Amino acid sequence: MIRIAQLSCGAEYSGIQREIERAAETVGAKLVYPEVSLDDILNVENTFGVSVSSGDLNMAMARAVRIVQNPDLADAVIVMTCFRCAEAAIIRSEIRKYIHENSKIPVLSYSFTERTTAETLLTRMEALVTTVKYRGLLAREKQTGLTAGIDSGSTTTKAVVMKDNQVIGTGWNPTTEVLQSAEDALTAALKMSGVAREELQATGVTGYGRFLVGKHINAKLVQEEITVNSKGAVFLADAQRGPATVIDIGGMDNKAISVQDGIPGGFTMGGICAGASGRFLELTAKRLGVDITELGKLALKGDYQNVAMNSYCIVFGTQSLVNNLAMGRKPEDVAMAACHSVAEQVYEQQLQEVEVKEPVIMVGGTSLIEGLPKAMEELLQIKVTVPKYAQYIGAVGAALLVSGLLEE
Amino acid sequence: MAKVIVYPPTSTILSDLVARMGHKALVVPEAVRKLVTESGIDSPPLNMTPEEPKKGLRYAAVDVPSGVRGRMSLIGPIIEEAEAAIIVEDPGWLTGCAGCSRTNELVRLLIRTKGVPVLDLAYPSDDAEARVFVHKIRSFLEGLN
Repeated sequence: MIRIAQLSCGAEYSGIQREIERAAETVGAKLVYPEVSLDDILNVENTFGVSVSSGDLNMAMARAVRIVQNPDLADAVIVMTCFRCAEAAIIRSEIRKYIHENSKIPVLSYSFTERTTAETLLTRMEALVTTVKYRGLLAREKQTGLTAGIDSGSTTTKAVVMKDNQVIGTGWNPTTEVLQSAEDALTAALKMSGVAREELQATGVTGYGRFLVGKHINAKLVQEEITVNSKGAVFLADAQRGPATVIDIGGMDNKAISVQDGIPGGFTMGGICAGASGRFLELTAKRLGVDITELGKLALKGDYQNVAMNSYCIVFGTQSLVNNLAMGRKPEDVAMAACHSVAEQVYEQQLQEVEVKEPVIMVGGTSLIEGLPKAMEELLQIKVTVPKYAQYIGAVGAALLVSGLLEE
Repeated sequence: MAKVIVYPPTSTILSDLVARMGHKALVVPEAVRKLVTESGIDSPPLNMTPEEPKKGLRYAAVDVPSGVRGRMSLIGPIIEEAEAAIIVEDPGWLTGCAGCSRTNELVRLLIRTKGVPVLDLAYPSDDAEARVFVHKIRSFLEGLN
């Protein structure tokens, strides 16, 4: 059983401890709490580098020190503190960095409210467990045989067929009825590749609808999108060795993943606000009267600084755009302002929680809206890579990983 | 007999002193005991559910972290009940701690603004100071009768 060390402050008083345990149980993990002595806590200034006035945070830091000293105590670490606590936000981030820099243990950080449920934590916990449990599979660099991958996303469903390390067919359609959308995407990918379904040696599934679709098509691999997407990203960007950072701005949530040799080392997943998602760009395209595929090209001609955006909210942000259009601002400036707004939110909320190391790879359908990677490049001051098939990243990752199971 | 809240509100040393002088000490372990014995255990270890931070909204706004509000759902009602208070400054964690500094600050503020008699004390650092510490508490508690 995978042991996840819980380093937290406020979880039991927020009434969510049972939810954390439920998420861990669901993914076959056990929560552990490394023992520390009072001296360990009192000496945390010397061992960790700082002590704060909240006792529970000092205990979390002392536990982090204990884990680094004895890596056998845990297989993975989750650092959790209350949302909106400044003291905890600083310490949460420092604990994550400390463990990341001083051990090889995968670490996830999360800020919770009393509304955090096991379902919210499930994908994150599953990714943490996968990183530990299937390290060998995740280290896989080549796709072999004839396999398919399906990414049943919240907005779109994607499928690919791969043969001997090459993508030979793709299929894409908006997600409506989950099973039918997956069927349609796979059928399109098979048709393009000229392969009959019976010829497929195995299929892997990821995304929100993975459990339903996986059961329906009898998939050999059903896996959350954090590990699968990071695998697909480094494969397509030819960055399987060394560090990389994967940014996936989705229709419903965003992921920032710090990858080392193709395996996620730390990640964040945000999903509270639609203003930081592809949905905002869809709304912008609709308001500007352009197809979403044209929004990025339009944005490249614009300058976000010509447009005053005074809200990150999808509703009020769109209102700002409308007001700017009414004031005579150019559509291209408005398009770029929308891209900048989404990139800025991801930069501020997600990328501060992972180590951003080059190459930075942007994936998912939104990465094809050219203004978005450009805005991200400007914010990071780092070149951003958008690989071929960026929108099929999850499906490619699933097809690649499932091929590893063929040899078992 | 007066109901006396002590700070830190988890201090067994202070609650013992209050009880020895014939008063009722209002402390967090009492509130936790109530939670884990009266309601059945749905959410170990403290049996707190997401409802508790919502109850804490009586003492702190929604933009205050849920951990503070959850703690306040335990401590707030005992502050309301209090007829007197003993506050020990810089007590060190061995004396008792809510684990969260923001909660500690809010608790001290709510006690002081309640308008009940408050004894403020510094935590003793040696034997002589400890004797004075206990004596002051005793005098304060006797004065409540």
